[in-house]
Amino acid sequence: MELIHRPASAGTAATEARIAIDLVVNGERVALEVEPRRLLVDVLREDLDLTGTKVGCDTSSCGTCTVHLDGRAVKSCTVLAVQADGSAVRTVEDLAPDSEHLHPLQAAFVEHHGLQCGFCTPGMLMTALDLLARDPDPSDGEIRHAIHGNLCRCTGYQSIVASIQEGAAVMRGEPPRTWTEAHAAPRSTAPAPDR
Amino acid sequence: MPTRAFTSGVQTVERALVVDPGQRVPGRAAGFPLRREGPAKLTGAAKYTDDLVFPGAWHGITIRSTEAHAKLVAIELDPDVDWSKVVVATAADIPGDNVVASIKDDQPVLVPVGGVIRHHAEPVALLAAPDKETLRRLKGRIRLVTEPLPPVFDPEQSDHVFAKYEVTTGDLALGFAGADLIVEGTYRVGHQEQLYIENNAMIAVPGDDGGIVIHGSLQCPYYVHKALKRALRLTHVQARVIAEETGGGFGGKEEYPSMIALHASLLALKAKRPVRMIYERHEDISATTKRHPAIVRHRSGVTKDGVLVAQDVEVIMDGGAYCTLSPVVLSRGLLHAGGPYRCPNVRLRACATRTNTPPNGAFRGFGAPQTEFAAEMQLNRIAERLEMSPAELRRRNVYRLNDTTPTGQVLRESVAAEEVLEQALGASHFERIRERTARESAERGGSGTIPPGPLRSGDRRVANGIGLALGWHGAGFTGSGEVYIGSIASVELTADGRIRVLTANTEMGQGTKTVFPQMVAAELGVPSDWVEYAPQDTAEVPDSGPTVASRTVMVVGGLVIRAARRLKAAVEERNPGVPFHEAFRDDAKANGATRIDQKFEAYPGVVFDDATYVGDAYPAYGWAAAVASVEVDLDTAEVTVRDVIAVDDVGKVIHPVLCEGQVEGGTLQAVGYATLEEMKVRDGRYLNDRLATYLIPTAMDAPHIRTILVEAPFSGAPHGAKGVGELPMDVAAPAVIAAIHDATGVWIHDLPATPERILAAMHGDRGAPAA
Repeated sequence: MELIHRPASAGTAATEARIAIDLVVNGERVALEVEPRRLLVDVLREDLDLTGTKVGCDTSSCGTCTVHLDGRAVKSCTVLAVQADGSAVRTVEDLAPDSEHLHPLQAAFVEHHGLQCGFCTPGMLMTALDLLARDPDPSDGEIRHAIHGNLCRCTGYQSIVASIQEGAAVMRGEPPRTWTEAHAAPRSTAPAPDR
Repeated sequence: MPTRAFTSGVQTVERALVVDPGQRVPGRAAGFPLRREGPAKLTGAAKYTDDLVFPGAWHGITIRSTEAHAKLVAIELDPDVDWSKVVVATAADIPGDNVVASIKDDQPVLVPVGGVIRHHAEPVALLAAPDKETLRRLKGRIRLVTEPLPPVFDPEQSDHVFAKYEVTTGDLALGFAGADLIVEGTYRVGHQEQLYIENNAMIAVPGDDGGIVIHGSLQCPYYVHKALKRALRLTHVQARVIAEETGGGFGGKEEYPSMIALHASLLALKAKRPVRMIYERHEDISATTKRHPAIVRHRSGVTKDGVLVAQDVEVIMDGGAYCTLSPVVLSRGLLHAGGPYRCPNVRLRACATRTNTPPNGAFRGFGAPQTEFAAEMQLNRIAERLEMSPAELRRRNVYRLNDTTPTGQVLRESVAAEEVLEQALGASHFERIRERTARESAERGGSGTIPPGPLRSGDRRVANGIGLALGWHGAGFTGSGEVYIGSIASVELTADGRIRVLTANTEMGQGTKTVFPQMVAAELGVPSDWVEYAPQDTAEVPDSGPTVASRTVMVVGGLVIRAARRLKAAVEERNPGVPFHEAFRDDAKANGATRIDQKFEAYPGVVFDDATYVGDAYPAYGWAAAVASVEVDLDTAEVTVRDVIAVDDVGKVIHPVLCEGQVEGGTLQAVGYATLEEMKVRDGRYLNDRLATYLIPTAMDAPHIRTILVEAPFSGAPHGAKGVGELPMDVAAPAVIAAIHDATGVWIHDLPATPERILAAMHGDRGAPAA
């Protein structure tokens, strides 16, 4: 698919003028008119009803709004909708057609209890998939490094790291393992990188 | 969804049983149900409050005070604005009492004109508009005219006391007279923000009957319900509260949601349309409740053999501007202040006072993490003075069966303090590593010594340390709390043959929606996914009490099990010889619905006098130990928490994986409390009221946590469970501080142990007191 990047018009912040943008969201072409100040996350949630992407802060700190923009994970609260013009956006809703047919990473989060309240989960999934696209077999430390801009307050992160490891293995073609099997033999014991 | 029917009933065990899921008991976790709402949360299909769409809904915001203490003279609306296009609500619009119903009704829904603003960010007026842009534009056009009043920020200088308790036993003077060593210490802890990732969110929808339906992110539907009835003068039916998917709570959505629901309702009633009040992070941190800051003073007497003979403890908590839950937070703090140790001569005193800061409230642990931090600091410092291992000092004092607590409670059963201690020591190789760190520090030329000259590099720069803490946590509500609220939980066989569990206990990640059906299924002998969990809607479920105090599985779970047993008996009595799982569908067809309501009855033999603080403060206690391993950079004083061994006795493990998740999450929150999380306060205002400035642990900060679960069942609950949520929060912070001491030789008395405080202590200064 050919994507055309158009720079956002300069000097429009003070006006109420709307700007026409074209996005490909979860594989579908979407034409919108947006105010220049509008955030991508608000367009996704409010205009396109893609509420799987969450908002947890106002300082780009929590990462729960993470989506893919042209294949790379971005915090959609820190991207203006006009900046995404011409780009492909992928949200958590695109990972599985329904809850019966989960993406291998989602299935791993279910089996390995990689979530509690679930509010950080969509962002966590999108960040992890970005990592796995670049590195299909990361160490625990590399996973922790990749998700350290996605805050979780419930889990202590261990079950998230384990879920990503197990999901990555399935995405590499290995058979899925149960929680019990995984706990008997963790996949990676590499320590977290120095901080 | 894999399920496993497991045997019901409690195994009677002579001593605590250690459960190490997936390791020492292979296959233990196999077959336990998966998180019920997991797939919906993973696909984005789960609806949290801000995800819900109500056509025609307006957005609401709160106009808040910018002063800590002032008289509200007037609320002025800019005359150049056409206010007819929006809705403004003030205290004058409140149909009922202007109070947020709680323990003491001292907190107004909105400060009335002529009334007193008591803290920064206090709600004064409300504004609703069709869009957020209008709100942003008009927010600054409402001006509060005030006359400043002198504020009080120091809880020790306040003359307004929310609650005060004293517990004494034995003869303190005699105890100190018999002591070979007396150790004193003052410990300070500051505010801690719950920091659920989903901000507070509430939508109010006006009903045709003049009532209100609330959809919200909340822990306690019936708390909100009670507040609506009181301030809006609604009947039981006119007020309806529905808990939507809730993105974490940790106590932070225990009482403040009542306030937000009232605000949204006032606007919705006036605008005659649904109103959404969705907090942004900045507002959520600056205005909502925090863990109470506390000052804890200890004076302890021990013999040279390390036997505690006298404990004198004073606790001062900063309640903030309104009472909220301070009396019960303080009470729990006081009752845990001595730590899990036998002592014949004890005086515990506690006081919570009012300051002109935002009100403090519930946060996982509810007063106990503050006082247990101090108690464990004290024990570790005594061990150092006696040149005794901190493990050995604890062995000599820890509660055993039939010991008596300062309230006169005889610990008749379910005492696993020694078990959790020994498990933690063994799993961590505590003594062996302590010898190694002592050797390393001696080789470095004395612990904490900072040689002059350039920064060190390499191995000599990093010091390792290991630290131990032990704790206890009273299971369920304090004193006669459960008897007072008289919870009801129900299990129903519907006329169309479905099995439903009905409680008001919410799912906020901890697993209610998974374990309640699991427990009922086990009783009834059916697969777990045959059992439905009814929505937390006050129009549908009974008041089974709030989702707090680690009481859901222990107390409400007990009711649910009893209800399931009665349902099973009723169906099997009508169908002699046919087991429930074969009989229930036909039974429903023949006999219609059968609903069993199970009301709480006092645990046998558990008696507490709330007036004198004598008796069984809690029906049972959970026991926890933590051993933390840290690395401290001796040049920068940066702390890396490497490992935590967390050992928790929860009475009975219902779902090992979810239980472990609670321990890991609680432990990390405690690590954050110990090292990172600090709310800076100036003139009654939180300075770092954003997620960019209030830091919580990331995946890079999180240690490896190994959980060991222990089961010492409580006979009062049909399944033996004592709760798990809060227990791990009590111990990891003092363990981390002990490990920092082991690495550096300095004690950090005030949380958090920031590099600034550690460096100051290493340079010989006392760390700056917590804010």
